[in-house]
Amino acid sequence: MSHITQAPLDRLPVALAPTQSVTLHINGQDHTLQIAPWTTLLDALREYLDLTGTKKGCDHGQCGACTVLVDGKRINSCLSLAVMQEGSEIQTIEGLGTEENLHPLQQAFIDHDAFQCGYCTPGQICSAQGLLNEGKARTEAEVRELMSGNLCRCGAYPNILSAVMEVLTNEESGTKNLKPKEDVGQWAAGATKPDMAPVEPAK
Amino acid sequence: MNSFTFAQAPAIDAAVREKAGQPGSAYIGGGTNLVDLMKENVERPTHLIGLKKLGLDSITASADGGLRLGALATNADTAWHPEVEKRYPLLNQAILAGASPQLRNMATDGGNLMQRTRCYYFYDLATPCNKREPGSGCSAIGGYNRIHAILGASEACIATHPSDMCVALAALEATVRVSGPNGERTIAFEDFHRLPGDSPERDNTLEPGELITGLDLPAKGFEKNYSYLKLRDRTSYAFALVSVATALELDGGIITDARLALGGVAHKPWRDKTAEALLIGQPATADTFRTAAAQVLAGAKGQGTNNFKIELAKRAIVRALKQATEMNQVVDDNAFQNSNP
Repeated sequence: MSHITQAPLDRLPVALAPTQSVTLHINGQDHTLQIAPWTTLLDALREYLDLTGTKKGCDHGQCGACTVLVDGKRINSCLSLAVMQEGSEIQTIEGLGTEENLHPLQQAFIDHDAFQCGYCTPGQICSAQGLLNEGKARTEAEVRELMSGNLCRCGAYPNILSAVMEVLTNEESGTKNLKPKEDVGQWAAGATKPDMAPVEPAK
Repeated sequence: MNSFTFAQAPAIDAAVREKAGQPGSAYIGGGTNLVDLMKENVERPTHLIGLKKLGLDSITASADGGLRLGALATNADTAWHPEVEKRYPLLNQAILAGASPQLRNMATDGGNLMQRTRCYYFYDLATPCNKREPGSGCSAIGGYNRIHAILGASEACIATHPSDMCVALAALEATVRVSGPNGERTIAFEDFHRLPGDSPERDNTLEPGELITGLDLPAKGFEKNYSYLKLRDRTSYAFALVSVATALELDGGIITDARLALGGVAHKPWRDKTAEALLIGQPATADTFRTAAAQVLAGAKGQGTNNFKIELAKRAIVRALKQATEMNQVVDDNAFQNSNP
């Protein structure tokens, strides 16, 4: 009869490095945390500040679910250490809109049915806000390319594209006064061109 | 991740001193590759030296008519900088061909040079890897090596350098500025990254403790005729199987200057000056391009799963040179139209 013995430790357990104090400026508020230096910005948001709108997908910078805005620029919060972000202006999905007053991108994602499970959505919306801030994308092809850092396992890409295009076009027409909002917002989910709209299933 | 401490360095010399005084420490710029490698336990620094307070993030004109990129300037800020867009569009194209907008917003120019291979076996602690653990063997040789090197590899390592930006920097003949325990020095771009030889654990020629402080672009930007052609398994957000950075100067259809560098094929950005010499003085035709392509791939060796890269690289070179040439015709057309009121 055999029994399991615990393998002897060949060295003493490594002492944990001391935590350090970090002040993060998030959605207009300062938060001072006592955290270990290996805490990512993503974990600081979710585990220490209950800002769970920002999602952990791959945790390796490959999916974009953790996208937040730092000084107006979109980044992957899973690949940044919280201690590196002292002094930065951090904006998460919780800081973009409220339930009573949705951000235009949030409203557009609803209008265009731009999600299914919704897990990638906060990252998609923060990334789209970053894209708008950058001001580099104009066409559908450019939006597709500059949203490629956000994966959607449900494959809602056509509707995400049409939602972002609507806000982008409205922003441009707002500044240049070219088109009324109704002209671009009326199409069914699935495309930004009427001839590409999905066919309703037969009843 | 292993246990480590973190401190922001207040100045370059303080950062260099801190690095020298703390064995096992590492500099951290944007962190996009280092933090990932730490999560995988491939990198296990005991102390991180933050560089955010050093400044070094500006892009300024240099005295020789070129452009100086601060090591801490982000890849995105570099690509979209008006002077880079206007004078070094090859660099703009190469940067924007890599990673995602989020990563380009974090990743620094110095860090781009320091990123490590994406060889699957390098990342997998369960398999031998001479780069990660010298002397343990190379799992990619005889393994699955679709993304691996066809040029300049050794029996110890067939990993590739993953950068797009660095391929353009090689073609543009950038210079790397570093500070270290023995003061400042500059390194020509072609001497910065190295071939694996029998010491693949060393990616580059930096001495211990040295810190990249900036990159100098020479005045000549090849803004009229250039192409960065990147071939990959999906059209965005993927590493290159083969990429080509090329830049030409043309005079009436004759090539008067040429640069040619490849990514995704070797342990370093693969610039071929012999192939460039074969282009210079020749007409910009498909035959000339094919001759240069044959030269670049003359010593290529497939490893099994990546054999396709040899023909792919030849065709990519011809395509990129054609794209760069035809661009000139568009420019000429515009010049002609503009000269007619």
